[in-house]
Amino acid sequence: MEEVPQDCPGTGSAQAGRGASCHGCPNQRLCASGAGAAPDPAIEEIKEKMKTVKHKILVLSGKGGVGKSTFSAHLAHGLAEDENTQVALLDIDICGPSIPKIMGLEGEQVHQSGSGWSPVYVEDNLGVMSVGFLLSSPDDAVIWRGPKKNGMIKQFLRDVDWGDIDYLIVDTPPGTSDEHLSVVQYLSAAHIDGTVIITTPQEVSLQDVRKEISFCHKVKLPIIGVVENMSGFVCPKCKKESQIFPPTTGGAEAMCQDLKIPLLGKVPLDPQIGKSCDTGQSFFSEAPDSPATLAYRSIIQRIQEFCLHPPREEKLINS
Amino acid sequence: MEAEAEPGNLAGVRHIVLVLSGKGGVGKSTVTTELALALHREGKKVGILDVDLCGPSVPRMLRAQGCAVHQCDSGWVPVFVDQGQSLAIMSVGFLLEKPDEAVVWRGPKKNALIKQFVSDVAWGELDFLVVDTPPGTSDEHLSAVEALRPYQPLGAILVTTPQAVSVGDVRRELTFCRKTGLRVIGVVENMSGFVCPHCTECTNLFSTGGGEELARHAGVPFLGSVPLDPQLARSLEGGQDFVQELSGSPALPALTAIARKVLDWAQARGPD
Repeated sequence: MEEVPQDCPGTGSAQAGRGASCHGCPNQRLCASGAGAAPDPAIEEIKEKMKTVKHKILVLSGKGGVGKSTFSAHLAHGLAEDENTQVALLDIDICGPSIPKIMGLEGEQVHQSGSGWSPVYVEDNLGVMSVGFLLSSPDDAVIWRGPKKNGMIKQFLRDVDWGDIDYLIVDTPPGTSDEHLSVVQYLSAAHIDGTVIITTPQEVSLQDVRKEISFCHKVKLPIIGVVENMSGFVCPKCKKESQIFPPTTGGAEAMCQDLKIPLLGKVPLDPQIGKSCDTGQSFFSEAPDSPATLAYRSIIQRIQEFCLHPPREEKLINS
Repeated sequence: MEAEAEPGNLAGVRHIVLVLSGKGGVGKSTVTTELALALHREGKKVGILDVDLCGPSVPRMLRAQGCAVHQCDSGWVPVFVDQGQSLAIMSVGFLLEKPDEAVVWRGPKKNALIKQFVSDVAWGELDFLVVDTPPGTSDEHLSAVEALRPYQPLGAILVTTPQAVSVGDVRRELTFCRKTGLRVIGVVENMSGFVCPHCTECTNLFSTGGGEELARHAGVPFLGSVPLDPQLARSLEGGQDFVQELSGSPALPALTAIARKVLDWAQARGPD
């Protein structure tokens, strides 16, 4: 197995093939010639593959543990409630895949067919793909550096037999690094409808989310809007509301106003959500009347509207 | 010895503790900060190294945002947050011009900066260096463990929240520790329950007992559970010394007990 040399400047950088660590690397001449900086041929292949996918939505957040996977899973469940809508959920959190557990698919394996990897289906119209399906035990750690993770993401986009789908939802790890750059790059020719950014109300989370927004601007990714998760908690005993993660700086609302991006909604903390995720059930069917369910539903509706009738300025960016 | 030669800038650091978690948002930075403050309260000289390059939170929690890092002969001078210069921090947050700027870096660039953080920060004499990491088991973790290996870190503290989704990620992190030869000091369960400020009813927001069960399952010590305290969240947002200001918080005894266990662990190994 070839390893990338330590301190590899990266094939796309000006130092490619010329850095001190490039000496002795078998790819030195290739990098120095500039061929390494040419666009990856996989981008075109992925574009072809993605022709059967109508809408692509990325779920992002700078901060971890704010509910990206929970939201992605419920967005998928919500969209798939209409049985004529084909939904696919792709988990590119390579080092911490939570989607298999949340979707109740732990221990499932991916099957290989002539047309590529087959996703694992929760319902007839809801397929899921995650690195979790490729591990042999739940204790297995994927201790990979960037380039190997990127290879896996490329395979997920190019080699999975998704079939004709209406919505592809991509759940990402926290941060603004390899996985994010790769998925945006690989999908650059295929057009991403937009991204939903998840945050919790407190400033420590918002400060990471601002970074994520600046990332979206840098890579020219349209923002569908922001979802504030875990916003407020209603005590099951006395029914009074309290703020567990206090919005000391005005929460997502103030940030969205400040940065002029839409706030899609606020989802309150309901202990039932965590339990549904642990048991792999859809929260919508477990607690159809919870205020959190209603909040989710209205957010999902807004996302659908965005995909069907994208605002004009977003179109310009992508044309 | 030459300035460049080993053991360099970490020569005066007695114990290195890494704070890890497979899952994000479980409170790694909070636990790091609180552990550092608790150790500091025990009269130790403590440094915090924040290797979360894409989402540094430690500067905000210690109200050190906007501080600048200076150069000296032996490298970067960390930011001291107390009068007595016995609590120091180093984070990529200090190197950004604008706080909202994203560090959009791939692995190799992050690795280079972490190596620099390990070799070029003039910590001086420290009893403890607590290293805060981003979620996962990838570049930052491999680089930090590799770069710190010559200094024989005391071990790792794994942080989890009680629900199964988080525990699952921490199991992977345990495998990481085993594969990289990093000893596990123990597991901390964070956000173990929420005490309603109106009626003092304790609700388990993220179910319970996951951390303890995980520790038993993996045969590593369980260091304690820290309850969710909105007051704590608020004071960390403001960057106040929670250990000093909120001695009535339900989280304080838990944190002090964890710090004591870390001290015991360090003592058992003996001064080296």
